[in-house]
Amino acid sequence: MVRDPHGRPPIISINGVSKSFPGGVQALADISIEVAEGEFFALLGPSGCGKTTLLRILAGFETPSKGDVFIDGRNMSRVAPNHRPVNMVFQSYAVFPHMTVAENVAYGLKVGGGDRSGIPARVEEALELVRLAGYGDRSPQQLSGGQTQRVALARALVKKPRVLLLDEPLSALDAKLREAMQLELVRLQETVGITFVIVTHDQNEALSMADRIAVIEQGRLLQVASPLELYEYPTSRFVADFIGKMNLFEGTNLGCAGGVLSVNVNGLGRMDIPCEDNIEGDVGLAVRPEKMLLYDHRPDDRLAYEAIVDKIAYQGSETRVFLSTGDGINFEVSVRNASRRAAAESASGSVWVAWHPADTLILRD
Amino acid sequence: MSRRAPPGPLDYGRRLWLRFSLWATFLFLYAPILMLVAFSFNDSRRNIVWRGFTLKYYEKAWNNDSLIEAFTNSLTIALVSTVASVILGMMTAVLLWRFRFPGKAPYEGAMSLPIIIPEICMGVAMMAFFARIGWPANLPWPLNLGAITIAHISFSFPFVAMVVRARLARFNPELEEAARDLGASQWQSFRDVLLPYMRPGLVAGGLLAFTLSLDDFVITFFTSGPETVTFPVKVYSMIRFSVTPEVNAASTVLIAITLFLTTIALWLQNRAQSS
Amino acid sequence: MESWRRNPLTFWVFALPPSLWLAVFFLAPLALVWMMSFGEKVGLIDIVISWRPDNYLRAMDPLYLQIFLKSFWFAGLTTAVCLVMGFLVAVAITFAPPRRRPLLLLLVMLPFWTNLLIRTYALIAVFRTKGLVNFGLEQMWEWSQSVLQGVGLGDLGLLGPEFEPLQLLYNNFAVVAGLVYVHLPFMVLPLYAALDRMDRSFIEASLDLGAGHIRTFFSVVIPLAMPGIVSGIIITFVPALGSFLTPDLLGGTDSQMIANVIERQFKSANDWPFGAALSFILMYVTFIAIALRSLWAGRARRGSAA
Repeated sequence: MVRDPHGRPPIISINGVSKSFPGGVQALADISIEVAEGEFFALLGPSGCGKTTLLRILAGFETPSKGDVFIDGRNMSRVAPNHRPVNMVFQSYAVFPHMTVAENVAYGLKVGGGDRSGIPARVEEALELVRLAGYGDRSPQQLSGGQTQRVALARALVKKPRVLLLDEPLSALDAKLREAMQLELVRLQETVGITFVIVTHDQNEALSMADRIAVIEQGRLLQVASPLELYEYPTSRFVADFIGKMNLFEGTNLGCAGGVLSVNVNGLGRMDIPCEDNIEGDVGLAVRPEKMLLYDHRPDDRLAYEAIVDKIAYQGSETRVFLSTGDGINFEVSVRNASRRAAAESASGSVWVAWHPADTLILRD
Repeated sequence: MSRRAPPGPLDYGRRLWLRFSLWATFLFLYAPILMLVAFSFNDSRRNIVWRGFTLKYYEKAWNNDSLIEAFTNSLTIALVSTVASVILGMMTAVLLWRFRFPGKAPYEGAMSLPIIIPEICMGVAMMAFFARIGWPANLPWPLNLGAITIAHISFSFPFVAMVVRARLARFNPELEEAARDLGASQWQSFRDVLLPYMRPGLVAGGLLAFTLSLDDFVITFFTSGPETVTFPVKVYSMIRFSVTPEVNAASTVLIAITLFLTTIALWLQNRAQSS
Repeated sequence: MESWRRNPLTFWVFALPPSLWLAVFFLAPLALVWMMSFGEKVGLIDIVISWRPDNYLRAMDPLYLQIFLKSFWFAGLTTAVCLVMGFLVAVAITFAPPRRRPLLLLLVMLPFWTNLLIRTYALIAVFRTKGLVNFGLEQMWEWSQSVLQGVGLGDLGLLGPEFEPLQLLYNNFAVVAGLVYVHLPFMVLPLYAALDRMDRSFIEASLDLGAGHIRTFFSVVIPLAMPGIVSGIIITFVPALGSFLTPDLLGGTDSQMIANVIERQFKSANDWPFGAALSFILMYVTFIAIALRSLWAGRARRGSAA
């Protein structure tokens, strides 16, 4: 449910949308999402999962095979793209190469008809907003990738849409610029207060920018949650594995009693995990690598297993340690390099891998 | 002193025999044309020995009324055919680029027929067609060029379509979607985004159509009557009689026109690419 | 690409004018000639469509078969010569300094933009008895003669009593030379495109693995350039086969090609049904050549996918 403190209706509501393409490819299956006004909302999933199709349905470039889309309370089924209260930043930016920067930004204002006297001022204002003041007369060919993206942003924002759609806006930029643009997009969204819906396959991007994230896989909506919730409490194996790294264990449910779930994990034996409600059927258990710690002796207040260090990958801020037990169970543990000394000392030989039972996730899907 | 380094293993371009074959080919391609141009200025009727510079064959060609008439006919036909071919070709290109429709593959095949079938086959088909429908023979100028012009449009516009479609293949469809997204109607996005994008293709296609029309002999030969002689047909009949420097002069003018148009086309293309 | 149903109005606006034009001013004439090819001439100008294959049977007459064979031979020879010359030129351009490549390509293309008739006419001036080639040969003859004279051998008549010009025009040689002259650019372009696309490291890998340049050329360059070679062969062979102007102007009485026979049926012999049948045979041959190419391309695609 959308948590809108003011109790306003959602700006976007997607009701049971399915989309199949000719040839029987099912791109989206029964998707329902509501986006609150002013939210920074991300559609996250691997490439080809249907998230771009969903965005294009919002923009009006695809029509759903089933279901409805409401934007700002209006059913969009029969509304053409040029009459929708949304604007889009395209993956290729789609900045018109035969127009100057200013002409690009002004285009949306001109084709709408009506009063043209205010256009130059509004264009200048939009360019200032994206920190491109003074670039109006340039040709898009003279701009860098980051600048081109800002033009695309200005061109969409100048129309003051109810919703701004962004299709993989950062994928064409190099790593450093991408990080800077993440912050920039968040700043921009806070400044203009427009609802942003962004499509991305990059979990870091989604986690660091969005208020809420919808994870889509093979056309199905798996989970809609805040970044923290999504990372710490994924509900499915796919989400757990797709976002961040995860140690996954399969096991047999031995029953739930007194707030404790007992699971017989293949190769590790019985694990007792705190749980809230009764869980039946086989489950998967998952632990984040950074929640695991390495000890040279067995700690008593945690789940602990003896394992041999196979391989160590030093990665600067952290070191990834790969271990295995005699029964062939693999662990990946990430150790934060809090000091130079800690970084230099690497684990080796036989150690204990341990974590707090409360950091164990129970996955039913 | 820097000595030139010996060619590297992949420096085939610097190997002598390869360079030699390249220049020999260019000699083969250009010597006849250069000869033709040179002898249009040679003050001698048949000998190939240089006897001094003269412009008298140009004067003769200029005063040859039937040659000038043929030239005017050719330019008129080429102009009309180019305009029509660009419009029809553009429509074909957009149609094939944008739409899925039943029977598209055979449709494309039919559209490429004028490009692939031998000229002679198209020539006789046009001849038979216009004879069969009883195309009037005694129309006043320039209507009497109608049959030739129609034939020229038929073989030119698929070429324009091909050129424009090749350009459209690299069009980023998001550009048109962006225009629609910003509030443009279908017509506005076509006019403001697709048309400017196609322009270099339209210009290149137009110049191609113009050259094809100006160049065509075979198909025109079958559709022209005694009253509607084009430049190539006129030159053909002159050659059949004898090889004269007058023909050289007229040919040189035509070569100059084609060169000029080609240069413009390439210049436009370069400008479109660099901007 | 969208379905036409999503936007029927736009679809028809773009579809109707070119389709109507093609149907009325191209397909209808072709259909007319096709029907005519099953007809027979009655009287001077009237043609009755009898739907009998007599005209096609008549085309199987040895007299016409021989002309077909000759056309094939000319076109094939032309294609072969173009392939060898075109490969040399394409390789030379591919490995030329990058800044010079566009200019060289332009130089290959430029004659293509010059009027076919004028180019053929230009060849006449080069090949005729008093043309450039014979003039050059005569100069050489005279020069050799004077050298022989100088060493005292002049009176022996080693080089013949006087210079005899080569007969270069109005024979088979002239036709093939003319066809090569006209069609060479057709061959160079696809070959160049194929070579230009080819990754240089394939050649380097082959040399690195111990193959020589010639071995590399035959076992690496040619197989990789095969699509370009096939395209080049087809787009040279097809127009060469249907050539009218070159054999007409450069050929002698025994070097006529099929297009010249067709022209005669329509112009001087006035036997349109037979000419129609011949032109449809020529068209079918063209289609077969193009079909063979797409068949080859399809097999190559499947081969590389497997």
